[in-house]
Amino acid sequence: MSDLTKLTLAGARDALKKKEFTSVELTKAYLDAVEGAKALNAYVTVTADKALDMAKASDAKLAKGEGGTLEGLPLGIKDLFATKDVLTTACSHILDGFKPPYESKVTSNLWRDGAVMLGKLNNDEFAMGSSNETSFYGPVVNPWRRKGDTTKIVPGGSSGGSSAAVAARLCLAATATDTGGSIRQPAAFTGTVGIKPTYGRCSRWGIVAFASSLDQAGPIARDVRDAAIMLRSMAGYDENDSTSVDRPVPDYEAALGKGVKGLRVGIPKEYRVDGMPAEIDALWTRGIEWLKAAGAEIVDVSLPHTKYALPTYYIVAPAECSSNLARYDGVRYGLRVEGKDITDMYEKTRAAGFGTEVRRRVLIGTYVLSAGYYDAYYLKAQQVRTLIARDFTEAYRSCDVLLTPTAPSAAFGIGEKTADPLSMYLNDVFTVTVNLAGLPGISVPAGLSSEGLPLGLQLIGKTFDEETLLRTAYALEEAAQFNAEPAAWWRA
Amino acid sequence: MQNREPRKEDLIKGATGDWEIVLGLEVHAQVTSKSKLFSGASTEFGAEPNTQVSLVDAAMPGMLPVINRYCVEQAVKTGLGLKAQINLRSVFDRKNYFYPDLPQGYQISQFKNPIVGEGVVLLDMPGGRTVTVGIERLHLEQDAGKSLHDQSPTMSHVDLNRSGVALMEIVSKPDMRSAEEARAYVTKLRTILRYLGTCDGNMEEGSLRADVNVSVRRPGGPLGTRCEMTNVNSIRFIGQAIEYEARRQIEILEEGGKIAQETRLFDPKDGETRSMRSKEEAHDYRYFPDPDLLPLVLAQADVDRIAASLPELPDEKKARLMSDYALSAYDATVLVGEKATADYYEAVVKDGSKTRDPKLAANWVTVELFGMLNREGHSIETSPVSAKQLAELVDLISDGTISGRIAKQIFDSMYKTGRSASEIVEKDGLRQVTDSGAIEAAIDAVMAANPDKVEQAKAKPALAAWFVGQVMKSTSGKANPQVVNEILARKLGLSSEG
Amino acid sequence: MSVDQNTVRHIARLARIAVREDELPALAGELNTILDWVEQLGEVDTKDIEPMTSAVAMSMKMRDDVVTTGNLQKEVTANAPGAEDGFYVVPKVVE
Repeated sequence: MSDLTKLTLAGARDALKKKEFTSVELTKAYLDAVEGAKALNAYVTVTADKALDMAKASDAKLAKGEGGTLEGLPLGIKDLFATKDVLTTACSHILDGFKPPYESKVTSNLWRDGAVMLGKLNNDEFAMGSSNETSFYGPVVNPWRRKGDTTKIVPGGSSGGSSAAVAARLCLAATATDTGGSIRQPAAFTGTVGIKPTYGRCSRWGIVAFASSLDQAGPIARDVRDAAIMLRSMAGYDENDSTSVDRPVPDYEAALGKGVKGLRVGIPKEYRVDGMPAEIDALWTRGIEWLKAAGAEIVDVSLPHTKYALPTYYIVAPAECSSNLARYDGVRYGLRVEGKDITDMYEKTRAAGFGTEVRRRVLIGTYVLSAGYYDAYYLKAQQVRTLIARDFTEAYRSCDVLLTPTAPSAAFGIGEKTADPLSMYLNDVFTVTVNLAGLPGISVPAGLSSEGLPLGLQLIGKTFDEETLLRTAYALEEAAQFNAEPAAWWRA
Repeated sequence: MQNREPRKEDLIKGATGDWEIVLGLEVHAQVTSKSKLFSGASTEFGAEPNTQVSLVDAAMPGMLPVINRYCVEQAVKTGLGLKAQINLRSVFDRKNYFYPDLPQGYQISQFKNPIVGEGVVLLDMPGGRTVTVGIERLHLEQDAGKSLHDQSPTMSHVDLNRSGVALMEIVSKPDMRSAEEARAYVTKLRTILRYLGTCDGNMEEGSLRADVNVSVRRPGGPLGTRCEMTNVNSIRFIGQAIEYEARRQIEILEEGGKIAQETRLFDPKDGETRSMRSKEEAHDYRYFPDPDLLPLVLAQADVDRIAASLPELPDEKKARLMSDYALSAYDATVLVGEKATADYYEAVVKDGSKTRDPKLAANWVTVELFGMLNREGHSIETSPVSAKQLAELVDLISDGTISGRIAKQIFDSMYKTGRSASEIVEKDGLRQVTDSGAIEAAIDAVMAANPDKVEQAKAKPALAAWFVGQVMKSTSGKANPQVVNEILARKLGLSSEG
Repeated sequence: MSVDQNTVRHIARLARIAVREDELPALAGELNTILDWVEQLGEVDTKDIEPMTSAVAMSMKMRDDVVTTGNLQKEVTANAPGAEDGFYVVPKVVE
């Protein structure tokens, strides 16, 4: 049997339908790959027995010609998603040993459609980070390396386990979440496709919350088609999430291949930031040429408040997280460090349970909401957010989709940016605007850096117009013909 | 806040002069809903610990709130009942603080934009005085769980059954000037809530709780610093807490001290209030709009629909009882105190197109029935004598079949046996004797047996009452007292007015 | 607006995170760097601009008043570091 893990999600789906192999065979191939990739630290929990049980059940359905859209397909799940009776920690010490008595809505949707769970994927602690170095379980290593160099490279974050696992073929596709770029930036860093849908498209129910008004789930996958298939299953209305939107989920896969003829692609001039590496600029220009060649019309647009997006984000997200993380108090689940009274217990538990970055954000968030500062920080940030969203509304008067780089650089080495939080935050400069405005965005691999690391281009769509976004991404993918692969140096 | 002339009788005499108390109340009223404000767990009282706790109430990671429409409607209804402005757009905020019975680490409440704005409550005080208390706002919020501190010397036990139950916080303006007015306010508010059916008003089970803001000042002078007495759980305790607290503050001020603005706990055991320093320590709630929820937007049509469904409220009912039945303000106030009482009264007084004597009916409900219910520990809802049965008794009095005195005896029997008034009258032969011949014979017998008394009575007419008593006794109370009076007056040669 | 060590101590207390005295100077420095950076929002004219309440235009859904869950005592206390007779158990709360 050839290496089953080489297939895409769509390829494996079609092969299973044709009974070329079984889900158990496919699942075993992935479990072996996972077992041999410990050096990447992509998985924090492997659920081999559960995976094989689910695969067997899928095989029974497939044998009868039944089964859902993801029947028998093995996936990795970011540890931020609650999985029933399976350790769920958001890669934080404070959730030590937590086994939820419930399943997140998004993963429920995947299991409903027949998918198989391989295990839980590493991520930045509570999804706070851009390099997957803040995880309590240690950093994830990018399967990609610089040419002729064995320096360990970050896979991006916060969904670094998801991006690394997809890139290293440790799962067919993975769930991820994106608060400021946590799907798109890791996808760009690993040569994978990551889509963050419109806010409200996927239910947040059962996903460990970081910043409620920004968090949104989406997939990381090998290609645009796989991302479309995954998103269709993950998305959908949920009456248990007040911010989920009740509208039908289209067949995203069917939207692919419709071409981009006549489509107006906006190029926001403010994304040409100071100090942007020449190769990123060149990549962007190439992307513009590709879409033009495919028949799209290129339009210059302006998003004047772009430079304020990151500072806005670093008020809103910490403020929400400081409140969202108050529930980790050593009372109902997770870590408890005993103390002489209740307050002492709280303070010791939270000091021991939260890592440096999480603590930093909780403190910033507490400060900006505290008496006397609310108007100057939080209220101001939410007003600027309105202006940022208006910028997009204005831009979409003259275009249908926007094209930008995904990140201002290729992936960097582990430890290179941990000493300077601000330089780490700047990674999200192109992605964070999308979360602030609630829009859908996708990152598509478009080339390699001079050092041989993947680079991504980002497309930003209109609210709930994931179909246009995906078909443009598909056109970009066809033009880019990105088929480089990392050398499998990690195999044990 | 309203300015009104201080009343002498409300002032407290201190060593250095008079003091005026200024009171504002925050009442927490539990919405009578089946499920919680943001979760589908039951609100029933008295369940085993943590059995009425959803994953949302236990603040499990990733759990999200979804608002209960019924609770929103009840808040609107209450706002309308308080003649208040309904805000078509309101916002839920998070109030952040740490406490083991607050699992999320924040309470979802409404801070800047409450669902209900300014309204008013009228208090009927003794002597026909009316006090107007302004309502500042009403907002929806979640209740906390319960911490038990007496199960172990070192540990506290936490039960989250109440966590997330819907509360309406009703904030008054500082418009009350005495403990009596504060008690009247809570009583009236409770009555309004019970009429509306939005809160059962059960203070023992904690469905209605009050925080009382107390300050003192020189009569009519600038406002003093206030202290908040938290969770005062009965109307009686409200009075006690205020009186204790006012005296405590006056004592401090008269000794040249300053009042520290703080939260104080009323201890019903010793009738004192004491500081809750722990609650003060970190008084920074970091309110911000809950990002898991959206602004609550109501359509005017929905508010109008709720307005159209409002029942007649106590003030309107009182006015109607006074105009329809010519009742005194006092009787009407007593009757409208509970909707069930007013309904009972109206069922007694009105029978299709026929109206019974309203004053007589009012007396029977407020004096005889209430007295009996109190003695027997019943409520109007569990009264063994139905309104229909009491109406029959009133009919028998009005048409002269029985005397008022016999009626009381019959009522006792109705209450204890459940028999109807007419059945008791017939079976026990209690029909009033109006036959003047029979009454005359009874009078003659008494006079013949007491010639000396006859002579004395002729000189001293007040003694005639003794004869009336004797005649009633000899007729087992059945003689019509009016007829007895007339005949006796004639026989004793006294001028009869009848 | 610059945070000093006392402010850091105060917000750490509000956030219920124990911070050692020797960590305060570095923390104050980090927080100041971030706060100085976000300060640039002051340049933006936000007069008469409504603060965002929802990234995507939607109205809040409401649920019916129906009991849909309960009797989860085991499930909600199973992960608790301290539980007894169906209660959560915590170090004594000092009032």
